[in-house]
Amino acid sequence: MTWSEMQPLLSQASWDTLYMVGWSTLIAIVGGLPLGVLLVLTDRGGLLQNVVANKVIGQVVNIARSMPFIILMVALMGFTRSVTGTTIGREAAIVPLAVGAIPFFARLVETAVREVDGGLVEAVQAMGGNTWTVVRKVLVPESLPSLISSTTTTIVALIGYSAMAGTVGAGGLGDIAIRYGYQRFETELMWVTVAVLAVVISVIQFAGDYAARALHRRGGRSGAAPRLRLLKDGRTGAPAAGTADGASGTAAAEVRKAA
Amino acid sequence: MHPCRADTHAPHSTVTETPVITTSGLTKVYRSRGREITALDGVDLHVREGEVYGVIGQSGAGKSSLIRCVNLLERPTSGTVTVDGQDLTALAGRGPRAGRELRAARSRIGMVFQHFNLLSSRTVQDNVELPLEILGMSGKERSRKALELLDLVGLSDKAKAYPAQLSGGQKQRVGIARALAGDPKVLLSDEATSALDPQTTRSILQLLRDLNRRLGLTVLLITHEMDVVKTVCDSAALMERGRIAESGTVAELLATPGSRLASALFPVSGEASGEDRTVVDVTFHGDAATRPVVSELARTYNIDISILGAAMDTVGGRQVGRMRIELPGRYEDNVVPIGFLREQGLQIDVPGQEPALVKEGAE
Repeated sequence: MTWSEMQPLLSQASWDTLYMVGWSTLIAIVGGLPLGVLLVLTDRGGLLQNVVANKVIGQVVNIARSMPFIILMVALMGFTRSVTGTTIGREAAIVPLAVGAIPFFARLVETAVREVDGGLVEAVQAMGGNTWTVVRKVLVPESLPSLISSTTTTIVALIGYSAMAGTVGAGGLGDIAIRYGYQRFETELMWVTVAVLAVVISVIQFAGDYAARALHRRGGRSGAAPRLRLLKDGRTGAPAAGTADGASGTAAAEVRKAA
Repeated sequence: MHPCRADTHAPHSTVTETPVITTSGLTKVYRSRGREITALDGVDLHVREGEVYGVIGQSGAGKSSLIRCVNLLERPTSGTVTVDGQDLTALAGRGPRAGRELRAARSRIGMVFQHFNLLSSRTVQDNVELPLEILGMSGKERSRKALELLDLVGLSDKAKAYPAQLSGGQKQRVGIARALAGDPKVLLSDEATSALDPQTTRSILQLLRDLNRRLGLTVLLITHEMDVVKTVCDSAALMERGRIAESGTVAELLATPGSRLASALFPVSGEASGEDRTVVDVTFHGDAATRPVVSELARTYNIDISILGAAMDTVGGRQVGRMRIELPGRYEDNVVPIGFLREQGLQIDVPGQEPALVKEGAE
């Protein structure tokens, strides 16, 4: 297979991957951010403490996360059809990708938001702020660097998941790597695809880290404040970015396995 | 000693008899896994308008719970909290969430924190604007007010800086500016100076005192440092195991025989230099404090008096404090001079003499 033969395949596949990952990331953020914040708020000692709701949400998230993506895709076919009218193609792949990414992102959001100093929450309450004010003015802006790292991790994980989207005829880089590279023994194309994936992931990771670090540096951190009067159970010490970096490392490893 | 000390106790006091913060029978019990911990055990606190009121106690005494119950950040288990004539406990609302009225009441109570609690993602000015955003003030008004407040605390040049770029003292100034944004009548200070070095502590206390005078602001502060109480407080309370052990104005506390708060505020030490000597603690407060009693005593009875130690201060133009003096001769020989001191309206304690023994000696 020559480069001129590979090139259109690759560009179409890259575009498909970008399209699927882009939309599913967007949906994951829209769905996962409130879910993650809710996980913190409803927890014991949280502002909206509700042990039952917390357990239910936590369990739903756990089940969704424990499901292998390929199974999730099959299990969700009925749902996918009701949303997009079809079970094949790019749009059809976005549904399971988003459904898989929402709980993943929610857990990362939960970790990031828990890192926010409980004293800040208390300060806003003392000013007369309600729970919504606390979320909008404190929890989200203060955890923004970590949230950006979480988004990066989610995007990278989604690129990994999207490799399986070929199963439902959605195309993408993973799909051509399997169909051409593996099944037709076009080893060169497979390696090129892997290289493209590696570059894409590196660029995304770099951009995400850069943005998170820039925000982090701008704000700095306000010293070793005692955390968690209201948000109990959070970890002290390790800065949020560190945790997220660790998580993205794991995710990257997963992706490498998937590819 | 401290040039600032004299004018922190400037005579133009703003204290009136109107109560601004009143708690009655305030009780807070924490339950965790079947165990009950009583943090507050029937606390009655009365803070008058325009005064700086200090609650002092060791960690775990319940000070933090107390100040958090005043704006209901912690919901008391029982008892009532009245701030500026409004019964906050009645506004409580259901569950852990605060209702609209309680939130409105909180916005009129300023609070400063030990760890400043500034949002690191916002500039100094935006931090001060935060409570104004919550109050729903327009953008232009907010920035005008925020700059005005920053000017008041002496930080107008730092408006665009981030908290991470400020020193501890500057951060606390921002915290104070933020607390004043809602034009509060009452300022709660939760160990505001405990994370600061002594010099910065003084400048922050000076600022609080200044705001108290200029704005007629009532300040309720909790601290574990006796110096804080001594520097700025008109009144003080000692907390122990969830109860108020002693309370009153500094002068009242001094007038109370055996007051631990008074002896901690004005500590005197010094041992008798010989067997046949009598050590006497003289507490000055009220009108008698203005008279030169020690030299009167020396002249009247023709005795030599040594001063072993003294802790004196000028509060409201009057000398207040304690002095430990030594008189020649045993206690029995000094009954008359001690009687003279008592007649002057001074409070006399004879260390080492049990109250019962003192009585016997008098007979």
